[in-house]
Amino acid sequence: MSDTAPAIDVCGLRKRYGEYEAVRGIDITVRRGEVFGLLGPNGAGKTTTVEILEGYRARTSGEVSVLGYDPADRAIELRRRIGIVLQSGGIYGHITPREALRHWASFYPHPRSVEEVLALAGLQPQADTRSRRLSGGQLRRLDFALALVGDPELIFLDEPTTGFDPEARRAAWETIRSLRALGKTILLTTHYLDEAQALADRVAIIKEGRILAIGPPRELGVGAAHYRVVYRNAGGELVERQTDDATTLLHELTGEALARGERLEELSVGRPTLEDVYLELTADA
Amino acid sequence: MPDALGATNPVALSWRQYRLERQMFWRNPSAAFFNFLLPLLFLAGGGAILSGDQHQLNKLIPAIAAMSIMATTFTALAYNVVFLRERGVLKRIRGTPLPTRSYFAGVAANAVTNAALQIAIVVLAGRVLFGIGWPQHVLELLVFVVVGVVCFAALGVAFAHVIPNFESTPAYVNAVFLPVLFISFYVFDSSSAPGFLRSIADALPLKPLIEGLSGAIVGGSDLGGNLDALAVIALWGVFGLFFAIRGFSWEQSRT
Repeated sequence: MSDTAPAIDVCGLRKRYGEYEAVRGIDITVRRGEVFGLLGPNGAGKTTTVEILEGYRARTSGEVSVLGYDPADRAIELRRRIGIVLQSGGIYGHITPREALRHWASFYPHPRSVEEVLALAGLQPQADTRSRRLSGGQLRRLDFALALVGDPELIFLDEPTTGFDPEARRAAWETIRSLRALGKTILLTTHYLDEAQALADRVAIIKEGRILAIGPPRELGVGAAHYRVVYRNAGGELVERQTDDATTLLHELTGEALARGERLEELSVGRPTLEDVYLELTADA
Repeated sequence: MPDALGATNPVALSWRQYRLERQMFWRNPSAAFFNFLLPLLFLAGGGAILSGDQHQLNKLIPAIAAMSIMATTFTALAYNVVFLRERGVLKRIRGTPLPTRSYFAGVAANAVTNAALQIAIVVLAGRVLFGIGWPQHVLELLVFVVVGVVCFAALGVAFAHVIPNFESTPAYVNAVFLPVLFISFYVFDSSSAPGFLRSIADALPLKPLIEGLSGAIVGGSDLGGNLDALAVIALWGVFGLFFAIRGFSWEQSRT
């Protein structure tokens, strides 16, 4: 396949568990070298989608291609080229990070150097500590390291920083950015808006198994082409007005207020952020 | 370190997995205890009580040998599979290019090694400490150990599917292991056991295994005379393999 073919191509993906349909017709194309974010609340179908792409689950219907393979076939050639960070994955209690990485490296035809991966994941000080003595954050870094040791071209990160303190999150973000700089393709799920905004080239907002919006985070935020004007009226109520033409609206509002001899308290003009779009789209109607 | 020469060859990967399993086994003190020390303590305790009674010692050694096989395969694998499944280790391995067969070859070879080591220790202890001769029928010993290991290993993996979480594993395993052990030991030892207990023990795989090992180690019926016992173990093995494969789950159930 050519290098310009998408890394992931999903069309009309559906997954049903008995009566419950977790994924209800998803279409995604992830380009090579892109960081793609699946953003949505818990239970939106993010993990189900990713686990179908990783080859863990069979889909009910739809077309799925990952690096040109159908992941349901579980081809060993595909698994050699992807790295998976699961939402929660365990490891033998009595193994050290260095031993685990050496063992994992042996599964792959062209692994990265174990020492290099230890350094990249920030695990050098704990390299010879048994995993049962590692902290939660250190174990998460080991998850990253194990996913990277095979030098995959495509990396799946399912909620990679859930439970991290702010400093650890920043460190994880740096790692993800450095992977992107190496030309890796990354599919990331998260329910943190700032994470999607900080890392993803493009984001799909997903809820109840459907994609509500898709695009670069900046465009999703402001691409709706409207402004939000907020002020407190004479009755003390907070009023929000949305408009495509903030200039005219402000002129009207301020003109009326001045004519009445009032002030528009707490007046602000803003453009919707990713968070606004997200909250608007995922709000329970 | 992985090297260029056949680094991802399935046989080489099985061998690496086997070595890792051995390493992890010895690093886990409680597993090493239950697998090695417990049967040896039984042997020492029973041997001390029965000291001088050669007839009883002749029964003790094969019984402990059979129990060792059950402990190193059925009990150990049920524990391991549940632990690795609930901790997410199996799921993680499933996402790598390690071939499934290589993984299970390594895990199974680990259980076989433990069973073989145990049998060697028990036979040696019988020879050195309790004046029992070297095994009478080596072929019979080999056949019963192999069939016994396959049977109890498969049953252990199959039984793991029934156990809902790691915390309840000891309860589930002991609820099977201890009654089977007591009924089988009792019926094997006592000629006056009630008929219904005898029928139960004969239908379960442990007592046939004790009989086969008894014939092989201390003499008595040879392989030809114990074919019915072998058939019972083999049937349980087929049953175990069927459910071990059919019900296998790589991850925690999400309910």
